Amino acid sequence: MTMATVQDTPPLIRTKGARAGKAGAVPDTASKGLPTAVWRIVIPLAMLVLLIGGWAFYVWAFDVPHYILPSPLRVAEALYTDWPILAPALLVTLKITFTALAIALAGGVALAVLMAQSRIAELALYPYAVVLQVTPIVAIAPLILIYAPSTQAALLICAWIVAFFPILSNTVQGLKSTDHNLLNLFELYGASRWQTLIYLKMPNALPYFLAGLKIAGGLALIAAVVAEFAAGSAGAGSGLAFRLLESQFRLNIPRLFAALFLLSLTGVAIFLTTNTISYLLLRKWHESALKREN
Amino acid sequence: MMAEPRQAGLRPIANTAGSLGAKRIGQVNTTPRFQEETARSQPVASTLVSLQNVSKTFANGTIALRDMSLDIAQGDFVSLLGPSGCGKSTALRIIAGLGDASAGEVMWPSSARTGEDTSNGAGTNQDISFVFQEPTLMPWASVFSNVYLPLRLKGLSKQAARDDVMGALEMVGLEGFAKSYPRELSGGMKMRVSIARALVTKPKLLLMDEPFAALDEITRFKLNNDLLHLWEAFGWTVIFVTHSVFESVYLSNRIIVMAARPGRVVEDIPIDAPYPREEEFRTSDTYNDFCRRASQALHGAMEVSEPA
Repeated sequence: MTMATVQDTPPLIRTKGARAGKAGAVPDTASKGLPTAVWRIVIPLAMLVLLIGGWAFYVWAFDVPHYILPSPLRVAEALYTDWPILAPALLVTLKITFTALAIALAGGVALAVLMAQSRIAELALYPYAVVLQVTPIVAIAPLILIYAPSTQAALLICAWIVAFFPILSNTVQGLKSTDHNLLNLFELYGASRWQTLIYLKMPNALPYFLAGLKIAGGLALIAAVVAEFAAGSAGAGSGLAFRLLESQFRLNIPRLFAALFLLSLTGVAIFLTTNTISYLLLRKWHESALKREN
Repeated sequence: MMAEPRQAGLRPIANTAGSLGAKRIGQVNTTPRFQEETARSQPVASTLVSLQNVSKTFANGTIALRDMSLDIAQGDFVSLLGPSGCGKSTALRIIAGLGDASAGEVMWPSSARTGEDTSNGAGTNQDISFVFQEPTLMPWASVFSNVYLPLRLKGLSKQAARDDVMGALEMVGLEGFAKSYPRELSGGMKMRVSIARALVTKPKLLLMDEPFAALDEITRFKLNNDLLHLWEAFGWTVIFVTHSVFESVYLSNRIIVMAARPGRVVEDIPIDAPYPREEEFRTSDTYNDFCRRASQALHGAMEVSEPA
């Protein structure tokens, strides 16, 4: 972070000086003459190399035992050799996360529309949605385990509860924050409730919904992991969280790191996907997806 | 510009009584000519819309309008001029059907809707278009889709509406920007899109609520001229709410001056200058005379308005 700031500052100052002093055009470059686009890739990569290098060096220099902290190489090795164990677990976690997210999406949007269209529905349902949301999922998980037909279903329900709320509350907010003059305009042209919803409220709620989706995507994964910790599933059909715990018990720390790496990777993939979806849908009109022109 | 020049004096004006000069009106009530029983029960044929003793009290007790009576003749360009809080926007919204009057009636003598269908009847009237102070465009929709909106809500397909939409865009000089998004346009261009959207339904009555107030003067002058040309060519009725004496004199053939708290009509000034009015009109003596008169009326209105 500090590096980026240091690299960014000098050309900024120079450009301003050049404009004032008419010293000619100063290209958009960092202090060492490389375009900023290159720096944007080089700096994070250098950081990555530095971190992993530092980690590897630390393990090597202080002779840290691998059951305390394995070297990056050992983690990579574990990822490769334990892949037959980790891959099915990853698949389970992915399945839970994305199914929960999909149901949360459909349910959250449907309920949000219902609440925005009907004051009675909102008064009846919203408080309980809030209660469901603010109660820690770890606390409800044991109960859900009792009632759910299977552990998988229990995990799914947990992940769904957590992912559901940001989508619901954001979409409700978006549906309600429609410009009053536009609502007047629709009324003036005799638009039906349905038309107002489809042509005005829904598009207006899109940026809010997408912000909710970004949060929900990350939360669904977290909830899938936390729920599995709480549920403590075992054997066949268990996800990455179980493999994490199992590795810890067996002091198989390289595998634990490998599982952790896969979880992080999943999180990053979800983040990138939701961000890309958001960008693609909003790039033509919404401030969040536009470049500032100055 | 395409139609033959119109002259205020030649056009049928329902309320000729007021055309000889501005009438000072009593502080509490309206001018006598609005109260003639004949005019109230049987509005003249050319009257498009008639407000009869319309009052509006908001939920918080504010009296936005008290006993406002006003006949708008077909083809007129009427400005509602007054200080903030005089209820001119409220009156416009009531005419549009966007809010009910607390008392009184809005009547549409020339259309099928009369009598029983009064205060809120215009809500679904496709003959009315409204231009807000803000462009009020949907930021996610292209210029084309924004202008297409009123027709889309009527159930017209994109194909069926294309000619009308492009025609409306052409009228405001934006035919080359159909695919642009509102954020890519300047303030003046956004307002043009807003006007095109209002015109696409070919309205009989155009209601404009300080449409140019947020624009710079140069852009405003340009849009004033374009609006006048369109009005001359197509002959709609326009009710134009404004704060600006100069704008109201330049555009309209009749200025209704209103006072605030409670909102009411205090003066009715016919602007008998001929159309077409071009830039030279802005520097003419006639224009200055009218401006002086409207200014004095506005000052009078502000004196009788309770302090803000």
